[in-house]
Amino acid sequence: MAESGERKAALEMKTLWHLFFPNLWQVQADGTDGNCVTFVLHDEDHTLGNSLRYMVMKNPDVEFCGYCITHPSESKINFRIQTRGSLPAVEPFRKGLNDLMGVCQHVLDTFEVRLLPEELRSLLGQERLRTFDTESLIAFSGILCLILV
Amino acid sequence: MASKRSTDELRERVVLGEFGVRNVHTTDFPGNYPGYDDAWDPRRFEEAFRVDVVREEDGVLEFDMVGIDAAIANAFRRILLAEVPTMAVEKVFVYNNTSIVQDEILAHRLGLIPIRADPRLFEYRNQEIDTLQFQLKIKCSRNPQAAKESSDPNELYFNHKVYSKHMTWVPLGNQTDLFPDADFRPVHDDILIALLRPGQEIDVLMHCVKGIGKDHAKFSPVATASYRLLPDITLLQPVEDEAAETLQKCFSPGVIEIQNIKGKKVARVANARLDTFSREVFRHEGLKNLVRLARVRNHYIFSVESTGILPPDVLVTEAIKILMGKCQRFLNELDTVPME
Repeated sequence: MAESGERKAALEMKTLWHLFFPNLWQVQADGTDGNCVTFVLHDEDHTLGNSLRYMVMKNPDVEFCGYCITHPSESKINFRIQTRGSLPAVEPFRKGLNDLMGVCQHVLDTFEVRLLPEELRSLLGQERLRTFDTESLIAFSGILCLILV
Repeated sequence: MASKRSTDELRERVVLGEFGVRNVHTTDFPGNYPGYDDAWDPRRFEEAFRVDVVREEDGVLEFDMVGIDAAIANAFRRILLAEVPTMAVEKVFVYNNTSIVQDEILAHRLGLIPIRADPRLFEYRNQEIDTLQFQLKIKCSRNPQAAKESSDPNELYFNHKVYSKHMTWVPLGNQTDLFPDADFRPVHDDILIALLRPGQEIDVLMHCVKGIGKDHAKFSPVATASYRLLPDITLLQPVEDEAAETLQKCFSPGVIEIQNIKGKKVARVANARLDTFSREVFRHEGLKNLVRLARVRNHYIFSVESTGILPPDVLVTEAIKILMGKCQRFLNELDTVPME
């Protein structure tokens, strides 16, 4: 009785999701507390699957994370997360996505800085001037104190 | 101390043995190594990460990415090959084709010609405004002034070679207002499309749309995008005299240099980056145990060669933005869902 109830709930959730969110399905497995969830990501392959798996595995709360491509003719991946304790599996998923966005943003910023040599040189020049000023200020004030004392 | 060194080797190097490659997979996840804190720390990543542009010329960009994992580097490579959009000929309307090249072969060749049009100005919709129309109308005729005995087709015929420079842009709708100083044409003028003889003519109209390499390889913006890991060659024992000479020949030129120390010739690793790892060392019994061939796990030497549509540095920034867009798409779906 309880089993059929849970199964019906998973199916209903699937159809609701399917209507509103065509790209991300959630299929719950093993109990109702959301520790172990398999996400079905549509129109994705190893590009996002492997990089997201790496970011989620770096989370110490995650006990298991893996992905697979169900069939090479269909472009969707099953992405499974199992967490330690009672943390809902959506949290590491969300954190993994945010961390991956952070990595991409940092790579983009570093790459763009590296590509512009004149601006980079001028930036470096300004910073050197700034540090020179603070250092000379400190040195000057130090000398002043010594003289006064 | 030896065990710490071997753990570091496990974590940081991919070792090339005589018959196989060891330590291939990334293992630095939290809990695998006691005493190491491997949880994701953005600050630690930002401190260790750096990008060095080595060479940028002629549509080829070679740069180093240090401090990133294989999964993410590979994601950038896959996106560069298959998911950065470009414009290419999709529909070919053949009004007249009496040449020897069949209609479908001609259409296939036209699709593969790279078109110089910034794809960021267009959308994926199949409407007039997002389509570029090109016309190729050419007829081959005999040259009445040619010498009687000449057999050179360049003298005998006019327009017998159909080049990509014969493709002209025909603005649709209000594209002349939208792109007043745009010059949409193929990237290269000298791509040979077909050969004609007198009396043969080609009259086609082409529609270019925006697409990605996953759909058809003609949309791929790179000639190729690849990466390799930085080689790391260590000499386990000093190598001298004749052995040093043999060792130098085993590697690519410039990798091993021989120094004269106290009259003896001693080998030293000068620049491991140049090596292509032919593993010739393993064919010499006396040398194979003196050298350790490895690759640095998180140092990627990327080489991106563009087809000319967009410069390679723009392609790399677009690829990174596309990966961010994928993450954002799923974050948006997660946020709009009633969480249960």
